[in-house]
Amino acid sequence: MQLVLEKRTERSNTIALVSPLIAIGLTIVTMTILFAILGKNPLLALQAYFVAPLTDGYSLQEIAVKATPLVMIAIGLSLCYLANAWNIGAEGQFLIGAVAGSWIAVKTQGTDAGAWVLPVMLVLAAAAGALYALIPAICKVKFGASEILTSLMLVYVADLLLDYLVRGPWRDPNGFNFPTTADFDPVATVPVLIEGGRLHLGSIIALLVVAAAAILLGRTIKGFEIRVVGAAPRAARFGGFNANQLIILTFAVSGALAGLAGIIEVAGPVGHLQPGISPGYGFTAIIVAFLGRLNPVGILIAGLFLALTFIGGEQAQIAMKIPLDVTKVFQGILLFYVLACDSLILYRFKLVFPNRQVARGAG
Amino acid sequence: MPAYQRMLDPTPNGPHSGESPLLTTVGLTKRYGDFLANDSIDIDVWPNEIHALLGENGAGKSTLVKAIYGLIQPSAGEIRWRGERIVLSGPSEARSRGIGMVFQHFSLFDNLTVAENVALGLDGRESFRDMSARLEQVSKTYGLPLDPKREVWQLSVGERQRIEIVRALMQDPKFLILDEPTAVLTPQEADQLFVVLERLKAEGRAILYISHKLEEVKRLCDTATILRGGRKIQTCNPRRETAASLARMMVGGEIREVKAAAGRQTTIPRLVVNDLSLPPDEPHGIRLEHISFELKGGEILGIAGVAGNGQDELFAALSGERLSNDPGTVVIEGIAAGHLSITKRRKLGAAFVPEERLGHGTAPRMKLSENALLTGHAASGMVHHGFIDTAATLQTVDKATETFDVRKAKRDPEAASLSGGNLQKFIVGREILRSPAVLVVSQPTWGVDAGAAAVIRQALLDLASAGAAVLVTSQDLDELAEIADRIAVMFHGRLSAPLAASEATREKLGLLMGGSSLEPREAAHAVGA
Repeated sequence: MQLVLEKRTERSNTIALVSPLIAIGLTIVTMTILFAILGKNPLLALQAYFVAPLTDGYSLQEIAVKATPLVMIAIGLSLCYLANAWNIGAEGQFLIGAVAGSWIAVKTQGTDAGAWVLPVMLVLAAAAGALYALIPAICKVKFGASEILTSLMLVYVADLLLDYLVRGPWRDPNGFNFPTTADFDPVATVPVLIEGGRLHLGSIIALLVVAAAAILLGRTIKGFEIRVVGAAPRAARFGGFNANQLIILTFAVSGALAGLAGIIEVAGPVGHLQPGISPGYGFTAIIVAFLGRLNPVGILIAGLFLALTFIGGEQAQIAMKIPLDVTKVFQGILLFYVLACDSLILYRFKLVFPNRQVARGAG
Repeated sequence: MPAYQRMLDPTPNGPHSGESPLLTTVGLTKRYGDFLANDSIDIDVWPNEIHALLGENGAGKSTLVKAIYGLIQPSAGEIRWRGERIVLSGPSEARSRGIGMVFQHFSLFDNLTVAENVALGLDGRESFRDMSARLEQVSKTYGLPLDPKREVWQLSVGERQRIEIVRALMQDPKFLILDEPTAVLTPQEADQLFVVLERLKAEGRAILYISHKLEEVKRLCDTATILRGGRKIQTCNPRRETAASLARMMVGGEIREVKAAAGRQTTIPRLVVNDLSLPPDEPHGIRLEHISFELKGGEILGIAGVAGNGQDELFAALSGERLSNDPGTVVIEGIAAGHLSITKRRKLGAAFVPEERLGHGTAPRMKLSENALLTGHAASGMVHHGFIDTAATLQTVDKATETFDVRKAKRDPEAASLSGGNLQKFIVGREILRSPAVLVVSQPTWGVDAGAAAVIRQALLDLASAGAAVLVTSQDLDELAEIADRIAVMFHGRLSAPLAASEATREKLGLLMGGSSLEPREAAHAVGA
């Protein structure tokens, strides 16, 4: 008896939907073992991770708040990945967007600037994110430089730029020397949806982005171009689609969305610019994009799920003293299983009994 | 041999008394998932025999020889070598037992010399100098001239095949497998190869010869085993069969005759190429040099030639996948188009069918409707204000299915799930349904079953008789003879003057394919035709 991986004649749509669930299941099993090894009660730990955050209103809002940047970034990344352009630097584009938008907020601080401030911040952040993402895209198209490396390296440039600004020119004079800008004025702040709550306008924007991406990919010729260029480059060229143009376009869009997510995070839940505004949103969004099958609706669900692990991780740390890094381990294992389970879309497992099988084949 | 003994002889063509077969397969079966590539195949190959393995694409010929050469493990059944059961761990074990193989697709390094390439295929126990000397000697003995010091990229396809054959012969095989060796040769080169094979046979070796060309099998082979759909249909003496009876066994039925419709008229030129020259876009690519021809409506121009003589480059230049700096080099429907993209050329009324079906002509993992959109988005009303009209794309799929008898499991499957013939019918249908003024098609029936090939050839003839200009590139001279009005030959990036089909004999085409020019008188006559 033998277990073989056998190619399917056509991709299985059922498995395409179920595979993320299998991956989540396997991740939970692995985490259970890990908790047991750490000497924690696995059931309580899982309860803290996945159930507790869903039981109170504050946590539910917080999940939506965390999911907002993840979903927005992941939507942009999914466009890149579908077009076979590997933007790994969303974290940097997120930070640059936050910096560029904050520039307006800092410059108008304490003046009686009107309601134009926030829209201009959003536009500027998106533009900055897009321009920043265009650096690796243009290097790729013009010089053939690996966009994986260049986009990743630019993350550290953005990180250090932000660090310099909040420790230097933009530091709050009344901030007791903490590396942070002053809290933004109300006109430079993303409004909350429920008075006294945490849920903010950014979540609505994220939903609009999901809807727009679904229409783009499902109904328009541009979305079709993106999919063909990634799936079959030579056929795309035969179809008259220009792969280089799409690398530029998808990088720009994903950079813009990451930049937008950056300023929404700073001008929303955080309220000022400081180092550490992102617990790795730009990287976690890569997991969200793949867990969501590079599909806009899938990404929305995956973003909420990953947000749950962030919140659950915090709760587990508070309640059971499980280190916060376990959350990152969790996310890494999850990505691993997602990619592994994806092979089941094109392949299936089969038990082979060599002798009997052949007897049937011959007969 | 006395008559009674002949009657007792189990093999149909007799004269193997007193010997045992060199290689036998018993119930050889290879299964890929639910698909039986080989279904319980029994063959005997004797010394002093050229044994043909005949069958259409997908009949299981390659699978069978791969199992014999140790490249794949059979799912069931056994291989016997001189009567004794063997299990081959891989090709090197097969070679060490005396089984050699020459593949259809060569595995040569372009930047290495002939001798270096041969050395890489051997076990390396002798010094490079000894090996080179032996190489020269083997190539001389068998009349396969090779210069060991030349780099492979400078060699013709026929010479490259010689390297593969010499490499196999240097291991002194008792049993040699050749996979469609004449597919890449001119008729004259094929004749030279047959002399070599006759000689190997006379030395007591056995040759397993894969082909789907019936005439050459009748001429060369002593025995033929016909495969169809993974099963052995029959083993026979091909010399006692007719080409038609062999074809019936291969296909399992009669093949439809292709007929040109009456009243085909030659009208204005619809595709003109003026002195097109293009440098290669990759290191050992072919440079197109001064290519000119004119193609009128209602006409089919065939381009013959051994693969790799610039046909791919010409296709890219005509389709607009590669652009020319001089717009006037390619004129479609009277409009200079050399600088226009493939989309703009389609809007002028041109349509294209590339050689490679999966990955070039279609996106394999996308649905047929999406693949209809791939080439139809430019000019077929499938896109309105940037939005896709899904109904229109599905309609194209349905129409192509109906008109060209595309067989598939469901209404809109992925391209990769169709068989080669059905996918090719879809691709050709997709383009023809757009009623193109000009159709450029490369290898229209490559690797396609005979039934589908007939449908496709008929479709090309019908399109021409409806007034379109059709350019067909093919390595299959029989195909060109069947459908083309004029035939030109590509060699080293140059295109010969077209010959009228009635005057394009195999000999003349063969000479042109090998790079010789025809007699001046004849050539001048051909241009006038």
